Amino acid sequence: MDAAFLAELRHIVGDEGVLDEPLELLTYECDALPHLRESPAAVVLPASAADVQAIVRLCAREGVPFVARGHGTGLSGGALPVPGGIVIALSRLNRVLHVDIPNQRVTVEPGVTNLEITKQVAPFGYYYAPDPSSQQVCSIGGNVAENSGGAHCLKYGFTVHHVLGVEAVLPDGEIVHLGGTLVDTPGPDLLGLLIGSEGTLAIVTSITVRILRRPEAVQTLLAAFDTIDAGGAVVSDVIGAGIIPAAIEMMDALAIRAAEAAVHPNFPPADTVLIVELDGPSAEVAALFSVVKDTCMRHGATTIEVAQNDEQRARIWRGRKAAFAAMGRVSPNYYVQDGVVPRTRLPEVLNRIRRLEARSGLRIGNVFHAGDGNLHPLICYDERVPGEADKAVEVAAEILSYCIEAGGSLTGEHGIGADKSQYMPTMFSADDLAVMQRVRAAFDPRGLSNPGKVFPTPRLCGEVPGPYRQHPVEAAGLADRL
Amino acid sequence: MERSAESLALRDTPRSAESLALRDHIDKCVHCGFCLPSCPTYMLWGEEMDSPRGRIYLMKAGLDGRAAMTDGFVRHFDACLGCMACVTACPSGVQYAPLIEATRGQIERQHSRSLGDRLFRRAIFAVLPYPARLRIALLPLAALGSLRHVGRVLRTRQFAGSKRTRPTSAATAGSERTRPTSDDQRPTTITRLRAALALAPRVTWASLFASLPERTPAVGERRLTVGLLTGCAQRVMFPQVNRATVNVLSAEGCDVVAPSAQACCGALALHAGRLDEARACARRTIEAFEQAYVDRIAVNAAGCGSSMKEYGELLADDPAWAARASAFASRVRDVSELVDELGRPRATRHPLKLRIAYQDACHLAHAQGIRQPPRNLLASIPGVELLAMAEADVCCGSAGIYNLVEPDTARQLGDRKAAHITAVNPDVVASANPGCTLQIGAAAKRRGHEWRVLHPIEILDASIKGKDILSPQDDEGRSRTRGGQQPSNR
Repeated sequence: MDAAFLAELRHIVGDEGVLDEPLELLTYECDALPHLRESPAAVVLPASAADVQAIVRLCAREGVPFVARGHGTGLSGGALPVPGGIVIALSRLNRVLHVDIPNQRVTVEPGVTNLEITKQVAPFGYYYAPDPSSQQVCSIGGNVAENSGGAHCLKYGFTVHHVLGVEAVLPDGEIVHLGGTLVDTPGPDLLGLLIGSEGTLAIVTSITVRILRRPEAVQTLLAAFDTIDAGGAVVSDVIGAGIIPAAIEMMDALAIRAAEAAVHPNFPPADTVLIVELDGPSAEVAALFSVVKDTCMRHGATTIEVAQNDEQRARIWRGRKAAFAAMGRVSPNYYVQDGVVPRTRLPEVLNRIRRLEARSGLRIGNVFHAGDGNLHPLICYDERVPGEADKAVEVAAEILSYCIEAGGSLTGEHGIGADKSQYMPTMFSADDLAVMQRVRAAFDPRGLSNPGKVFPTPRLCGEVPGPYRQHPVEAAGLADRL
Repeated sequence: MERSAESLALRDTPRSAESLALRDHIDKCVHCGFCLPSCPTYMLWGEEMDSPRGRIYLMKAGLDGRAAMTDGFVRHFDACLGCMACVTACPSGVQYAPLIEATRGQIERQHSRSLGDRLFRRAIFAVLPYPARLRIALLPLAALGSLRHVGRVLRTRQFAGSKRTRPTSAATAGSERTRPTSDDQRPTTITRLRAALALAPRVTWASLFASLPERTPAVGERRLTVGLLTGCAQRVMFPQVNRATVNVLSAEGCDVVAPSAQACCGALALHAGRLDEARACARRTIEAFEQAYVDRIAVNAAGCGSSMKEYGELLADDPAWAARASAFASRVRDVSELVDELGRPRATRHPLKLRIAYQDACHLAHAQGIRQPPRNLLASIPGVELLAMAEADVCCGSAGIYNLVEPDTARQLGDRKAAHITAVNPDVVASANPGCTLQIGAAAKRRGHEWRVLHPIEILDASIKGKDILSPQDDEGRSRTRGGQQPSNR
């Protein structure tokens, strides 16, 4: 990296805020999708929105691409660095700026974790609804970038439904305020456009979210079934009965085993478990909960455990939320995918996944938000076995093709990122993609903000997209990956 | 990306059992990042390479030959507190303790530190684990009556530190951010000595030379025979904690044996990667307690208990000792754990009207998974109110010898801890580790507070005796201000 450029970065954020030692940069080469790796030219840690603005202005002037990063927990490689570009790590922008209980809103910086918002308002009886499984660590800025969901978005919606306004730095360094502090503002929904744009349109520097009153009652049950079809039928019947559960989650045998090994949630050793949670006024919850229980019984639930208190409920959720990371207990590496299918097609797609599992020889765990048909297949592999990582990618691609064939989508909540950009043409026509590109270009005509994400782009000449592997030119020692 | 051909890093013996075991532990990390918010250095600096995930990534890079053992590499492992909060947070079951211990072991063997750094570390390990030497080191303090005079004199001198500071952005901490990254930013020996002086306990002749009877019989029918690890620092700096442990265990029906042959348990050495020293200490400790024929070994210092429970792994490769070490480790209990295990209290608890902030010692909560027993122990005392303190299980910055070798970072964490303690305004802070007690005491003093920082077992002892623990005069004849409410503007 150009020494003058680094000097200017240091001038903006101080020596403390610039990392350029190769050793330090190494730790920023991937997010929570570690098979995609790229070392950045430098990492900058701004301490204020003004810092972010100055950094982006500098990048714009010099034509240096930049990638915003929160706490690096993304699962689609959205924070994968760009060769020759810098990473703007927002981990130090972690102040809670304003808590306004009477108006039910909280303003925070992007590095604040999702769970921290709830912690701030819990003493007043409120919470922040979107709850990705990584909520203890994932940053709210990252949630905005990915339009994150979570187990409870079936009833409460995604991040986009909870953000009232943001302050953002556009790719030319201009600071804009989108949305506001009210539930709706006139004009086109630019805020909605920004949320879920995966860092390709702007970097948010403060976010105002709405918080919700804790429901009067919450009831949670854990039901076990012998087949996925039985579990799937329960999901369809519950929703068909007009009930909107706060969450309906499904896990299969391998995921159950991993979660059990990791956090001991005391799940039954079943083929499929279903977690159903209802919340709302006590009378309503009590009435609907018995309908849910009956439905489970009717479809042959082998066991039904009803959480008797908050501690038992937390234990059940701990099992569910630790499921991804817990795969480390049963496999050296795993690759989590994120696809969506219409709810009614769930059992069919899952059975296809099981056949694929048998054929490929790679174990596949399944964890999913069954209520909205959001699948999270966890493909187990061992990167030390030659060819297995490649096979995992092929398996993932095939699963995504099942989703598209069933009328679904490439991603429910993890984003397209660098991981799935090459599949975009399987879901969208060239015209669709061209329109998206024009929107993007309206914000970032030079493609400096998180380039290489979302939209399919070739990489090194002759390189196949997928997990990191040495390009023949690198292997021959003729070129280094920058 | 830099791929240095000459990088040796952690690859000194690429096919050794140690490397393979390390590799297995490292492979368990799936890079999810759940550990980040639990890590004290990530809390302070927000930098990936000073997070558990980043450190494990660096270890892996070392094994793969992608990183060399440079000063920069070593910095990130020196900066780790070894608090094991990441182990609690990890859903994948990564065992960080063997990873950091082995990495530090390799650093100690392969990396050459600056002369000052080497001497300082050598001095620590030549003094702290030896009660006799520690006594001599502390004698001048007893003679002076208090070290605060010296501390004050030193503090008034403007030693130019080499730290660079940035305004903090941590929501709760009011402390400055100092990120030591390279060798020129390493704490100087002067900063370290000043930190050591600020931490030094107030000792008296009587406290320095207090001793315990070799055997104390159980009150009433004997339930167990318990050996007591008297510890190095504990014995010399906090003899009243050992005394209280003996009192409580005996009142609860245990014969208590304090073998005079015991020496240092090796915890400080183990946590610093001085594995051979640690093994030698472990063998001596095992031997001393084997000869005492006890059912359990009670420990009242969290760091010691945690490493004694690890003896089995530490001596696994030594055929003469492996089985003895595992048998020994299975009998080790933290004193609160032991009181819990004894079941129904036998001795009457007299009421103590106290608001107590309990600080989880890392080597108790994270390394041993002991959270509830000390709280149960305190809650068994009528009149005690346990206060819910923010970040109760975040490291206070003591971390073995950490506050001696990394005083700047330790100080930031101490200040953060003191802020959380202030917020709940306790009468007493309960801490089950001598290092934490010193560290919290020093942080309190900086804020102008003088909370009583007591071991839970001291509080229980007072309750059993029906003694007012907040009385102006304590056992050693020192006087203290009543906790937390009277800032003294010295």
